Amino acid sequence: MKAALPILLIAAVAGLAFAAIAWHPSIAPVAVAEPNEALVKQGAALAAIGDCAVCHTSPGGADYAGGRKLATPFGALYSSNITPDPETGIGGWSLAAFTRAMRQGVDRAGHNLYPALPYDHFTRITDADLAALYAFLMAGQPVRATKPSNELPFPLTWRPLLAGWNLLFLDDRRYQPDPGHDASWNRGAYLVEGLGHCGACHTPRNSFGAATAGKALIGGEAEGWSAPPLAGAPWTEASLYAYLRTGLDTHHGAAAGPMAPVVWNLGRAPDGDVRAMAAYLASMTGPAGQPPAADNAVMADSPGAAIFAGACSSCHGAAAPMTANGAPSLALSSTLQASDPGNLIHVVLGGIRPEHYRAGPQMPAFGAILRDDQLVELATYLRAHFAPDQPAWTGLPDVLHRVRTEGNAS
Amino acid sequence: MTRSFELSVNGKTHQVEVEPQTPLLYVLRNDLALNGAKFGCGLGQCGACTVNLDGAAVRSCITPVAVATGRRITTIEQDGSPTLAALQDAFVAEQAMQCGYCINGMIMVAKAFIDGGGTASDETIRDALALNLCRCGAHNRIVRAVLRAAGHRSGT
Repeated sequence: MKAALPILLIAAVAGLAFAAIAWHPSIAPVAVAEPNEALVKQGAALAAIGDCAVCHTSPGGADYAGGRKLATPFGALYSSNITPDPETGIGGWSLAAFTRAMRQGVDRAGHNLYPALPYDHFTRITDADLAALYAFLMAGQPVRATKPSNELPFPLTWRPLLAGWNLLFLDDRRYQPDPGHDASWNRGAYLVEGLGHCGACHTPRNSFGAATAGKALIGGEAEGWSAPPLAGAPWTEASLYAYLRTGLDTHHGAAAGPMAPVVWNLGRAPDGDVRAMAAYLASMTGPAGQPPAADNAVMADSPGAAIFAGACSSCHGAAAPMTANGAPSLALSSTLQASDPGNLIHVVLGGIRPEHYRAGPQMPAFGAILRDDQLVELATYLRAHFAPDQPAWTGLPDVLHRVRTEGNAS
Repeated sequence: MTRSFELSVNGKTHQVEVEPQTPLLYVLRNDLALNGAKFGCGLGQCGACTVNLDGAAVRSCITPVAVATGRRITTIEQDGSPTLAALQDAFVAEQAMQCGYCINGMIMVAKAFIDGGGTASDETIRDALALNLCRCGAHNRIVRAVLRAAGHRSGT
């Protein structure tokens, strides 16, 4: 019994220390202030780079009213309403409360937020930019909308746990300019690492869902799609700029899946900011290689070749009008060069269809046209034909099953 | 090199001798004299060639005949479909076509939508038909016709 006492004491002290870390005061609510137009405009441009609307808008719902389901390996989360509605949104939040949420992941009332809100990136953002983002959000239309409850298993429902996550993984420091680089590079680094939170998808996450140390931007995962590597990847500054600005680069292909809304927003962001992001990213990419031209003889008599000829070649064939108008050869497609066939399967099954009837690259869906065995034949042919230097994909039926199941689930 | 393919179209079995990559659209029109599906763009973009494959709306111009064997192909010529009959009546009642070239494709998308049990509303129908192009500008009448066929009258 005597031996148990010190252990109990240590446990009690540890518990109190944890409570001190995990407890956050509520910040008194405020009334929404009159908007400062210049600041609101600046905030709107920043919100586009931060893609706030992408997660904080449900399909068919009002902008920023939240409720979008975010599937994570831990369970489904629903995004919050960040319109200035005082009851269901952030209308009662002061700038101090907004700043705390963006940097420490704690809401106005003092509850920890889940790091699906990439506050571990937003710590880099300056006070001035946070004030502009705040002004922009507060100038929006208040929408009354309560988000569905998160679908997380116990004990993840116990939010104070996140104080421990923050202790382990949160680096609450502003971006420090690197004097070894010019202003554009530094602007790009500030946006990519901070507000743009590129690493939220393009950096692999560890088993706690935090960015894996030392593996920044080497490629990760996003909503069942693979987010390709940026560090070391064959991209030039010009290619990156074209892709981020227009959603299409002639040496890599078109943006699809979770990247489509990102490039749509960047198409409306200040040009200098997109150029800066390209400049920064280009400093970590590898040399742009030229994949070998497709050899027409590879698997020419296979069932996959016949499917390609009948289903794909009217757009992707060498003589197709789309190719003649500058669309990239599939031999240059990042999706076909990738080690994981998941993105190809996603695109072939669901096509490419810009959300909200926006303009952008389109591709018909083949999910109802091709049976699973035919899709495997097609994917095998595409890989062998257009990426002859890469090893054949293995496990195609499993990937197909996974993507089809995810597609039906959403 | 041509091969023999067995196709089930509107409940009837056909044997055709074509190359495996031949678009289903060409086989329907050229070999089976089923001219309801139209050639529009040939790129899967306009929807004029839409038929149903196992009940789903697909573009027959980008469906190689080799993938359609052993599956249930339905075209606008199908007899005895209550959904097609309702759509035909509704399109006439709403005067939903001008030149009419896109309409067969619109109707086959609408048939798959209604038979698939989709909840018919202005919004869901617009979404289902969003990738079918009509150059005449009959869109609003088309949406009204599909709503009418689905048994849901809009607020008129």
